Amino acid sequence: MNRTKVDEEEYWNSSKFKAFTFDDEDDELSQLKESKRAVNSLRDFVDDDDDDDLERVSWTGEPVGRRTRLGSFQSLSDALTDTPAKSYAPELGRPKGEFRDYSNDWSPSDTVRRLRKGKVCSLERFRSLQDKLLLLEEAVSMHDGNVITAVLIFLKRTLSKEVLFRELEVRQVALRHLIHFLKEIGDQKLLLDLFRFLDRTEELALSHYREHLSIQDPEKRKEFLKTCIGLPFSVEDAAHIQDHYTLLERQIIIEANDRHLESAGQTEIFRKHPRKASILNMPLVTTLFYSCFYHYTEPEGTFSSPVNLKKTFKIPDKQYVLTALAARAKLRAWHDVDALFTTKNWLGYTKKRAPIGFHRVVEILYKNNAPVQILQEYVNLVEDVDTKLNLATKFKCHDVVIDTCRDLKDRQQLLAYRSKVDKGSAEEEKIDAILSSTQIRWKN
Amino acid sequence: MAAHLSYGRVNLNVLREAVRRELREFLDKCAGSKAIVWDEYLTGPFGLIAQYSLLKEHEVEKMFTLKASRLPAADVKNIIFFVRPRLELMDIIAENVLSEDRRGPARDFHILFVPRRSLLCEQRLKDLGVLGSFIHREEYSLDLIPFDGDLLSMESEGAFKQVANMMIRMKREFTGSQNSVFPVFDNLLLLDRNVDLLTPLATQLTYEGLIDEIYGIQNSYVKLPPEKFAPKKQGDGGKDLPTEAKKLQLNSAEELYAEIRDKNFNAVGSVLSKKAKVISAAFEERHNAKTVGEIKQFVSQLPHMQAARGSLANHTSIAELIKDVTTSEDFFDKLTVEQEFMSGIDTDKVNGYIEDCIAQKHSLIKVLRLVCLQSVCNSGLKQKVLDYYKREILQTYGYEHILTLHNLEKAGLLKPQIGGRNNYPTIRKTLRLWMDDVNEQNPTDISYVYSGYAPLSVRLAQLLARPGWRSIEEVLRILPGPHFEERQPLPTGLQKKRQPGENRVTLIFFLGGVTFAEVAALRFLSQLEDGEIRASFSQ
Repeated sequence: MNRTKVDEEEYWNSSKFKAFTFDDEDDELSQLKESKRAVNSLRDFVDDDDDDDLERVSWTGEPVGRRTRLGSFQSLSDALTDTPAKSYAPELGRPKGEFRDYSNDWSPSDTVRRLRKGKVCSLERFRSLQDKLLLLEEAVSMHDGNVITAVLIFLKRTLSKEVLFRELEVRQVALRHLIHFLKEIGDQKLLLDLFRFLDRTEELALSHYREHLSIQDPEKRKEFLKTCIGLPFSVEDAAHIQDHYTLLERQIIIEANDRHLESAGQTEIFRKHPRKASILNMPLVTTLFYSCFYHYTEPEGTFSSPVNLKKTFKIPDKQYVLTALAARAKLRAWHDVDALFTTKNWLGYTKKRAPIGFHRVVEILYKNNAPVQILQEYVNLVEDVDTKLNLATKFKCHDVVIDTCRDLKDRQQLLAYRSKVDKGSAEEEKIDAILSSTQIRWKN
Repeated sequence: MAAHLSYGRVNLNVLREAVRRELREFLDKCAGSKAIVWDEYLTGPFGLIAQYSLLKEHEVEKMFTLKASRLPAADVKNIIFFVRPRLELMDIIAENVLSEDRRGPARDFHILFVPRRSLLCEQRLKDLGVLGSFIHREEYSLDLIPFDGDLLSMESEGAFKQVANMMIRMKREFTGSQNSVFPVFDNLLLLDRNVDLLTPLATQLTYEGLIDEIYGIQNSYVKLPPEKFAPKKQGDGGKDLPTEAKKLQLNSAEELYAEIRDKNFNAVGSVLSKKAKVISAAFEERHNAKTVGEIKQFVSQLPHMQAARGSLANHTSIAELIKDVTTSEDFFDKLTVEQEFMSGIDTDKVNGYIEDCIAQKHSLIKVLRLVCLQSVCNSGLKQKVLDYYKREILQTYGYEHILTLHNLEKAGLLKPQIGGRNNYPTIRKTLRLWMDDVNEQNPTDISYVYSGYAPLSVRLAQLLARPGWRSIEEVLRILPGPHFEERQPLPTGLQKKRQPGENRVTLIFFLGGVTFAEVAALRFLSQLEDGEIRASFSQ
């Protein structure tokens, strides 16, 4: 006998590790039989009582003595292997015909039970579609994923795609297992065919889209994303997919251009703030930040200008202002920050407005270590008085605190704040001046 | 013997011993010196069952982590792979086996699948041409891992159907057959996670729950930043601070931990300070010990006192770490939003705090948890709101999260509202899920674990015991999934006579995971209801 054949036999006839039972003489264990049964030996109860305890078969296919209920057949599994009778122990003198009858007697439910125990089972004899479906139904009712998958592998091999799909369409559990199986083994083609058949178009589209994650090369990924456009996504998702493609397309151009600029060494911004990472595959907002950082003043015509990004991806004002603010604040470009919020009304007067609350502006400025004068200016613009006071106190914008307390006619709070400012400072003097003013009608 | 497993009416130590024996038997089967190659994921659960010393007793000389390419050199007769039945791991194993150095001494290969074998995996090994190389190929059904005296974990994936099926078949098996088994459990409750998706989304507020939220508890172990645990030595000045994370085991064997783990965090401080006084006083006793007998007694208590002091020091440090988080502005803001959602406020609009979190690019998990919480508390979000959140998330975190969001929708966590109906208020009111007057120090209701929100799952368990689910039929119909009740009649000879003072034991099986806060709530319930509850969960 050659080695591989034995391996094969061994594979199909391998012993199953005995499921734990509590049939021990050990006293400690026997005392608590109930907990053991209830908690751990569940599988033993599910196994049929008429089934074999344990199957041990040596590598030659000879069974290692145990009882069966079928007379002289030492091992039921022996009957089902493909090896000819002559490799068995000489005691097995059954004629071939009877042998074959015996294997045909295995009903779908018996077969499935054997599969569950990891014993060999040739499924080939289930030839007709009806038999195959019965087998599948038995497998499903057994609730064992392994068995269902094993049967599905067989069906996948022996049924045409159309028939398989048609039958699984009405069998949800088996269908789920097949989908999972195809995903596990990476049979993307069949998976997509299946989704197409089931008209689960959205899943089809998403499943295809998912593949992009495994493509590292940016150009190839971009090309792949292009193939995703037009797939049956939901309306919103379709727009996002389009954006994803467009974004990557732009990023590739920007990346190439900027890398060139950086190595040429002529551009100040890149010299002063060398890039820490490539912009490829970054989210949109990150790309916008990058653009506001390195390409702020560029006109709309270039791919790398922030304005262009805003227009192309329809970035709302709020998001745009926040991002631009963060970038310019990081560069300590306070004039740019100013310009973001300054609008000229029809009379030519400038006024500061923001689509986000000024308290957010203040926080971002603070995070970027803006000088106190700048902070103060923006704290003053916070509309809600309590918030204004809170922030002013938090960020030590003394003038704002003092002025606000004065406006609120809150003497107590002003007094309390006096102890927080430096002795002999201009702020202290200011507070004293206000406190001694006779014009203010204090409320407390 | 693991002390923490013996308390409680069901002696889980027995389970642990049984499981250890299986392992020993398998190891002895692979006779001779051996090296184990570990699937990293399994080291945690195994750690709860056996230490290295046990393995050494069975000739395990080396241990390696499963990694691609070649196996490290080891002068052993056997190489045993301890792995989960996952295809990608099969590929790595095959690589290991195939790149085995032919020139070196021949080694025997074995595989132990945990918790069970898989045809798919064995097929894969066969396809890669290595299946025949394994001499022993077996499974180790580490199905139920005892975590603590009343908590078991079922680590297998896909356990749900098996369990439900097993239960019903078990019943069929019992009826009519000779049965001299005394039931240990009076009630069995199977809860599918899908019934209550809300609870895991909210931030847990018990001591143990917060440790898990902030640092993550794996298999009863937690890794903490080392700085607070550096031993204070006089004159050292804090140099040479340990850089490796401090690993602590957390279970009820530790007295102090057992006392505070399930308390609302706000109630922990007073317990710790009281404990500090008690321990100080105990140490002061040495001044009162005058006779030899008294001194002897004091000395014999010393180890216990020192352990208690060490335990107190650890938990004081942990509590400080947690406090740093819970007193932060952001934690407060997040909690406020969570509680607004859970009490049904403004769940139908875009939430400003969530928007801010996205704008500041907080952790995606944090954002998703909040968005999903809002969705669950609104029976799904209005399409406009959902689209808005989706857009913000995709633009900030990347378009590939279309897939993430789709998965969340499939799981029912983040989806559009259908038919404009919001069922949550009904569920909330009928089951009294939101309790305004919660007492964190001396709780009277399970809602203390979330400072106001009673976990839906536990409330269901509570109502099942008293007055029974018939009183909430309509609500049960609104909740996802079917429900059914089965009674298993016992032959009269076996009806256990309940001893006075003995209570009903209920086994609750959570299919799909459970939070520490829910476990705390269940423990509280069992004290309240004069019953006893054992919880088990599958991951």
